[in-house]
Amino acid sequence: MNPAKIFLGAFLVNNILLMRFIGLCPFFGVSSSVSTSVGMSAAVLFVMLLAAWVSWLLYHLLLVPFGLVFLRTAVFILVIAALVQFVEMFLKRYARALYSALGIYLPLITTNCAILGVTFLNIDYKFSLLQATIFALGTAAGFALAIVLFAAIRERLDDAPITPALRGYPIAFIGASLVSLAFLGFSALFGIN
Amino acid sequence: MSQPESRIRILTSGIIKENPTLVLMIGLCPTLATTMSARDGLGMAAAAGFVLIGSNLVVSAARRLVPDAVRIPIFIIIISTFVTIIDYVMQAYQPSLYKVLGVFVPLIVVNCIILGRAEAFAYRRGVLDSLLDAVGKTLGFALVLFVMGALRELIGSGTFFGRPVLPSTYRAAPMLFMLFPPGAFFLIGILKALVNKSGIGK
Repeated sequence: MNPAKIFLGAFLVNNILLMRFIGLCPFFGVSSSVSTSVGMSAAVLFVMLLAAWVSWLLYHLLLVPFGLVFLRTAVFILVIAALVQFVEMFLKRYARALYSALGIYLPLITTNCAILGVTFLNIDYKFSLLQATIFALGTAAGFALAIVLFAAIRERLDDAPITPALRGYPIAFIGASLVSLAFLGFSALFGIN
Repeated sequence: MSQPESRIRILTSGIIKENPTLVLMIGLCPTLATTMSARDGLGMAAAAGFVLIGSNLVVSAARRLVPDAVRIPIFIIIISTFVTIIDYVMQAYQPSLYKVLGVFVPLIVVNCIILGRAEAFAYRRGVLDSLLDAVGKTLGFALVLFVMGALRELIGSGTFFGRPVLPSTYRAAPMLFMLFPPGAFFLIGILKALVNKSGIGK
C-alpha cells in the first residue's frame, strides 16, 4: 500500500477516535481544555511511535521465529507498560523540560487502548516496519486533530445554556457525534475505505 | 461478613446502580464500536464477561500470594491469559462474530472495567464475593451493549437479531446514520441523559 494512503487513511478516513472508537477514555477524560489535549496528544505521538517499533520488532524477530504468536496480547501490553515507565524515568533524568510538559500524561498512556490498538493493527494489516511507522504517525496525528477540535468545542459548551440532564457527558457525546459526522464525510476519500 | 443481603447487593449493584458503562463511564470503546446489532453487542459482552469472571476468580483466589508492589503487572498477566483464551476460542468457533469484533477482542486486556474490578474488589475480597461482583458487572455491561445494539439495529436496518421487524418500506430506506459511528455517539448521549434524568447513581 502506498505510504500517503496509509497516512491519510489513519489520519482522516479511519480516525482512531471518531471512526474506530479506540482510545475514548482520554478523548472524554482530558478534552476539557485545549492545552491539556495538546499535551496528551504529544505524549501519545511519542509513545505510539516507540510502541509501534518495539512491538513490530518483538513480533517479527522473536514471537514469529519461536512460534510464540499466541503470547502477542500478554507480551505487547507488558512491553508497553514497561516502555512507558522507562520513558518516564529517562525523560525525568535527561529531558526535564519535556518531562514537565508530558509527565502527568505518561502514566495514563499505559492503559490507553489507542497505543495497544495500533500495535495490534500493525500486525493484522501485515505492515512492514516503514508502513507501521507511517501508520503510527497518521494515527497519532488523527488522535491529536480529533481531541483538539473536540476540546475547543467543549470549552464553548461549558458556557452554553444546556438543560441539566444533558450537561456534562451527554452533551459531550452528542458533540462528538457531530464531529464524527463531519469525519464521516472523509470516507471513501482517495479511494480508502 | 457473609449476610445474604450483602451478597445479593454485590450481585445486583453492578446492573443498574453502579452500571460500569452508563454510571461509572468506563469501557466506552467496545460499547460504541461493537454495537452495530444486538448480536454483536451481546457477543462482545460475553467475551468481556468471560475475561472479567475468570480474572476476578483467579485474582481473588491468589490474593494472599501476590506481593503488593507488583500486583498490577500480575493482574495484567492474569487478564491477558483469559483474553488470549477467548481470542482463540472465538476465532475457532465464532469466526463471523470474531471478524466483526476484530481488534476489540485482544483490546479487552485494557478494558478498564476488568483491571478496575481486580484492583478495587477481587484483590480484597473472597472468591464467592468476587464471582458475584464479576457476574453483576457483566450483566450491567451486557445490558447496555444489548440496548445499544438492539436500538441501532432496529433503527439502522429495521431488524432485530437479523429478523425483519419493521415494514419493508422502512427497511428499504432505513436511518443508516445509526449504524455509523456518529449514531453510536448520539445514542449513548441520549441514554446517558436518561440515566442523569432518572437520578441513578446519585
